[in-house]
Amino acid sequence: MRAKYVLSEVAVGLWRNVTMTVAMIITMAVSLGLLGSSLLMYTQVSKMKDFFRDDVQVSIFLKQDVTAEQRDAIKTELESDPGIKHPVDYESKEAAFKRFQDQFKAAPELIAATKPEVLNESFRVKLKNPDQHADIAKKYRENHEGVDSVVDQRELLSKLFNILGSLQTLGLIIAGIQGLAALLLVGNTIQVAAYSKRREVSVMKLVGAANWFIQAPFVLEVIFAGLIGAVVAFGALAAGKIFVIDGTLKPLASIMPPVAWSDVLVMLPVLAGVAAVVSAVAAWITLRFQIKM
Amino acid sequence: MIRLEHVTKRYPKASRPSLDDVSCEIEKGDFVFFIGPSGSGKSTFVKLLLREITPSKGKVVVNERDIGTMRSWKVPNFRRSIGCVFQDFRLLPNRTAFENVAFALEVIGKTKTVARRVVPEVLELVGLGGKEHRYPHELSGGEQQRVAVARAFVNRPLILLADEPTGNLDPDTSIEIMRLLDRINRTGTTVVMVTHDSNIVNQMRRRVVEIEGGRIVRDQPRGVYG
Repeated sequence: MRAKYVLSEVAVGLWRNVTMTVAMIITMAVSLGLLGSSLLMYTQVSKMKDFFRDDVQVSIFLKQDVTAEQRDAIKTELESDPGIKHPVDYESKEAAFKRFQDQFKAAPELIAATKPEVLNESFRVKLKNPDQHADIAKKYRENHEGVDSVVDQRELLSKLFNILGSLQTLGLIIAGIQGLAALLLVGNTIQVAAYSKRREVSVMKLVGAANWFIQAPFVLEVIFAGLIGAVVAFGALAAGKIFVIDGTLKPLASIMPPVAWSDVLVMLPVLAGVAAVVSAVAAWITLRFQIKM
Repeated sequence: MIRLEHVTKRYPKASRPSLDDVSCEIEKGDFVFFIGPSGSGKSTFVKLLLREITPSKGKVVVNERDIGTMRSWKVPNFRRSIGCVFQDFRLLPNRTAFENVAFALEVIGKTKTVARRVVPEVLELVGLGGKEHRYPHELSGGEQQRVAVARAFVNRPLILLADEPTGNLDPDTSIEIMRLLDRINRTGTTVVMVTHDSNIVNQMRRRVVEIEGGRIVRDQPRGVYG
């Protein structure tokens, strides 16, 4: 009987105050969605770091007018460099063009506008110790005749990681602000609910109903709303995985390992747990200290 | 049943205490009027008995338990031993007489089956047989107060605490309510009634405790309003 009473009170409470409930669900969903995507981004970045960890390439691009002697000198030096793995990979202009065609096959007009001559030939080397990438890049960037530029994948990646990192921080900040708004709405919802049930509550206290019994409908009401918010947020993450990661960003699959479904699915219990705990705590604080129920 | 030992209640920011070193004992089965002008400390007394507040000094002992030091989570259980009636009835407007009384049972964990058995009995006892399914707004003031008494009594409490129960009622209806309280008292329930209705006090000739300025100024076994 009591469980039935509590549940029907929850349903009535949510419906009575439906605009507030919807507002609470939306802010919760936005906050949790951002939290979820930040978490996913975090796992993704560490995966990418592992992915590239041992596979870092340093590319040494040669000048257009590089002479054969200069090229051979660089090649010999690379081959005798103790920090560099064998074999040293040479990419001619033609090979570079082939790769270019392959990479940009989605943009034929770009390929048509490009001639093999404008591309630089390059040496591509892998490092024995990937952590030395900066030193190697620096070494060949300076004092080497015929070297146009040295591209260190790690540098590029660390720039990418920086961008992802700041996106993640931004996401977490917005998630925090939205989370705060959600908490205030939880407090407000409970106050409104407590006000509209003040008669019942005063009678219950008078006749000696247990405190948990008086408070449970209020707490469950916001926990329930929080769980709906978590489900909505999870839906948004899943949609993001389907339409953005596996859709729009598909061409980036070569540098970005795909976001695994297992990682996305794990977000459902995580977000639901966060939502339930946070709303329960906010509800309890409101009931205990603000309404002093 | 109820014992106050040198109870002082001082509210913060108040210049003088609401109750000042009050001692008093009420035996099981007593019927006691607490009278006194507004602000004399009567409401403080009621709140202390319900453990809505705790004394600043002294002890409030109800049914051999010091309720001043009682842990707050034990308070609900304690309140089940006290029935309460107020001037403003405090009924739930969207529930019938039956539902109002049943609500009090159900929220303390009694089943619907128990409610269906007990509620009609108690409504019959307070003289509302046949009006179980009326809503409060369909009942007269006296009838509403009877519902409130039924709700207070349905758990068979040891103590019935009535805070100006006739304050909103005309003299004839007030007397009917008093008869009802008297009948409940005869079942062995201790009745404590706070009032400033002199007619009623004079008619009933029960024990009268007069409070003034936070102190007991009179305690008479078969008193009048004075």
